[in-house]
Amino acid sequence: MTLIEVRSLSKRFGGLQALSEVSLSLAQGEILGLIGPNGAGKTTLFAAVTGFVRPDGGSVRLDGQEITGLPPHAICRRGLARTFQLVQPFPELSVVENVMVGAFNRTRSAAVARRRALEVLALTRLAPLAGRPAHALSIGLRKRLELARALATEPRVLLLDEVMSGLTPTEVDETVEVIRGIREAGVSIIVIEHVMAAVMGLSDRIAVLHHGELIAAATPAEIVQDRRVIDAYLGEPLAGKRE
Amino acid sequence: MTAEVVLSSLANGIMLGGLYALVALGLTLIFGVMKVINFAHGSLMMLAMYATFWLATTAGLDPYLSLLLTLPAAFAFGYAIQRAVIAPVLRAPEHNQLLMTLGLALFLDNLALVVFTADPRTLLVAYSQTTVPLGPVRLNLPRLLAFGGALLISGLLWLFLKTTDLGRALRASSEERDGAALCGIPVGRVHAMAFGIGTACVAAAGGMAVPFFYVSPEVGNTFVITAFVVVVLGGLGSFPGALVGGLLVGVVESLGGLIFHGSLAQIGIFALFVAVLLVRPAGLLGARHA
Amino acid sequence: MPRTAAWLALLAAAAMVPLVIRSEYVIGTLTLMYFFAFVGQGWNILGGYAGQFSFGHALFFGIGAYTSSLCFLKLGLTPWVGMWLGAAVAVGVGLVTGHLSFRYGLRGAYFALVMLAFAEIFRVAATNWDFVGGSFGILVPLQGHAPRLFQFGDKRYFYYVILAMLLALTWAVARLERSRLGYQMIAIRENEAAADALGINPYRVKLAAMALSAAVTALGGAFYAQYFSYIDPAIGFGPANSIEILLRPIIGGAGTLWGPLLGALLLGLLGEGTRGLVKSYAGLHLMLYGVILMGAVVFLPRGVMGALRSLGVGAAERA
Repeated sequence: MTLIEVRSLSKRFGGLQALSEVSLSLAQGEILGLIGPNGAGKTTLFAAVTGFVRPDGGSVRLDGQEITGLPPHAICRRGLARTFQLVQPFPELSVVENVMVGAFNRTRSAAVARRRALEVLALTRLAPLAGRPAHALSIGLRKRLELARALATEPRVLLLDEVMSGLTPTEVDETVEVIRGIREAGVSIIVIEHVMAAVMGLSDRIAVLHHGELIAAATPAEIVQDRRVIDAYLGEPLAGKRE
Repeated sequence: MTAEVVLSSLANGIMLGGLYALVALGLTLIFGVMKVINFAHGSLMMLAMYATFWLATTAGLDPYLSLLLTLPAAFAFGYAIQRAVIAPVLRAPEHNQLLMTLGLALFLDNLALVVFTADPRTLLVAYSQTTVPLGPVRLNLPRLLAFGGALLISGLLWLFLKTTDLGRALRASSEERDGAALCGIPVGRVHAMAFGIGTACVAAAGGMAVPFFYVSPEVGNTFVITAFVVVVLGGLGSFPGALVGGLLVGVVESLGGLIFHGSLAQIGIFALFVAVLLVRPAGLLGARHA
Repeated sequence: MPRTAAWLALLAAAAMVPLVIRSEYVIGTLTLMYFFAFVGQGWNILGGYAGQFSFGHALFFGIGAYTSSLCFLKLGLTPWVGMWLGAAVAVGVGLVTGHLSFRYGLRGAYFALVMLAFAEIFRVAATNWDFVGGSFGILVPLQGHAPRLFQFGDKRYFYYVILAMLLALTWAVARLERSRLGYQMIAIRENEAAADALGINPYRVKLAAMALSAAVTALGGAFYAQYFSYIDPAIGFGPANSIEILLRPIIGGAGTLWGPLLGALLLGLLGEGTRGLVKSYAGLHLMLYGVILMGAVVFLPRGVMGALRSLGVGAAERA
């Protein structure tokens, strides 16, 4: 079953065609990796799908419902959540409170939100840090917090924007496990990632953006053989390439 | 209501608008360069008005001549204030910058209250009531002089910003603070210069208003709240916006005075403000920072 | 809990003050201190928690003061009811100004200026409208000791009224701080885009904060007008009043429960300390406020509460 259906989405910033007729779909329970060089339009795609940027053309459907042009909060309430590449925690709030803000998406009760937040913290392996102020976390843990907060909104689809870059190898492995756990819980996921080994291992399918165009979408095994992708992005020997 | 009344009110509005524009220019220059809204702008104007008043009453100096003294003094004062008070909070959250200039305004206004008392003072010069005929209307000479002076100073400032190195540096740092620093522009000094020039602008406006206006510790606020409206209308940080906005507000206030009596005319300005907010918010956010 | 015990003791002491101390002066000073803490907390809901700095809260103060006094003067309606009508009118005006400001995401300095402009509109209108007393304002007709009309023969009653109002408000804001709306307000203050991404509608949350803030400030204004039996356009709607309202929560710590109370206490003590001087020079206390404000911005950018917090006092508080 198709959960997200992106149809010929376009966006232009001044002279730059950031997205050009991008079509993409995400199936229920799928993890889709979104890769491409810097400036390929990955983050713009997320922004256009989640309502932060109004696309010039095209449409986005979530579970059959048109969500193009809705404001971000309305899209989140319909079950599509995102993280930001530049993490944006609420610095004055503690870790658990940050996650509670997400949990309030589905409940009015602070007690329920706190319980839900603690569950999410356990799932994302942040539970020991629940009482820390968010501004005191390391960058790696802040990325994890960003993920936890989005997860607490109880989305059906989660868009993760580079939650692994800048992490230590151990943290990357942990995050991969966390993302698998989230999928097990029934959430479909799109990840933007530069950490190739991680994204190849994690994703069911990979989509490649280049100059705002979708140049390939296939299984990881097919992608690494794809001529256009190799020319545009991966370069020759590709196993385990990291940026 | 005769055509003459309307015309003379229109002329008065334009003359007053020139003064508003000059006040707003100082405000918008400071905002453009360092992204700080200077709530103490009116207080600086008030200080200049007192200086002009005292120079006239004690030394017999004509208010327009005393600009030669008050303008350099205002520049130096603004420069020093920026260094001492504004520079330390330039990287602080926006609301702390607002509070800083608000604190400065509180301090200066009430310092004036303590030193000069609340009594309004009026300076009468020989030409206070002199009028100049222009077509069917007669223009009040001090107002006309103030208008001319405001235009002259605005023009000089425009030339200065366009043609001199320092002017270019000012514009560069108003476009990109950190970029300007990277290009080797001494940003700290440029900021202080901008504040000095902004202060000199409002001081000029204050000095030139003395022959036809009263002086009191809160007189600056009357002008500066209007100037806020002007810069927001014209787009914060926009030079032409301040000029056009100033004239527009002057005319609206003056014509409003024909319809509403007394200070109710001011409501016209605020109504204009709200109207822009409603129908043309993009203009309002003209210099919206990313 | 020792903490609870400490608060109860403090509360009992506050309640005992008028029984022990006879000095009208001391009672009056404390009454004003509570009053400033009350309206400061009103501002704090919008300016502190939701992070929308208003430079025009005199707008709501004046509406509360005028509505309660006018209802009494023109309709004979007791200010006990009139103060709630004032709060309702303030909420209405707050929703309109809030809608205009927040619809297009007006924030920071723009919002501060727009609020200032709205307060000025009301000040000028009140000055020119004879029905509401024009520039002279309104003298509330005195009826002797008439508790039902919010008038008391003994100023100590006012002390208890404002103490009760402050207590109720502190309790309510403590609840708000731990509620969904409270967290959503803080989230918007801290990072509006992130809050939006988490399903929070910034426009609606800001409007809610505006409505609550307006209502509280208006109730404070109504108290003020009945306490002094007088209100005029400058006292009610003037920029100086807007500054008075925001000064205490800023000094004490915006966005914290105790900030407005602490700020009111500190400025109250300062006022007492410099009373001799201030009496001989009009304006001196505001001059001092200016210096304090500038000093606070540099040395206590997050108020006294912020400074205490970074010293580790109450560090676990938000866990």
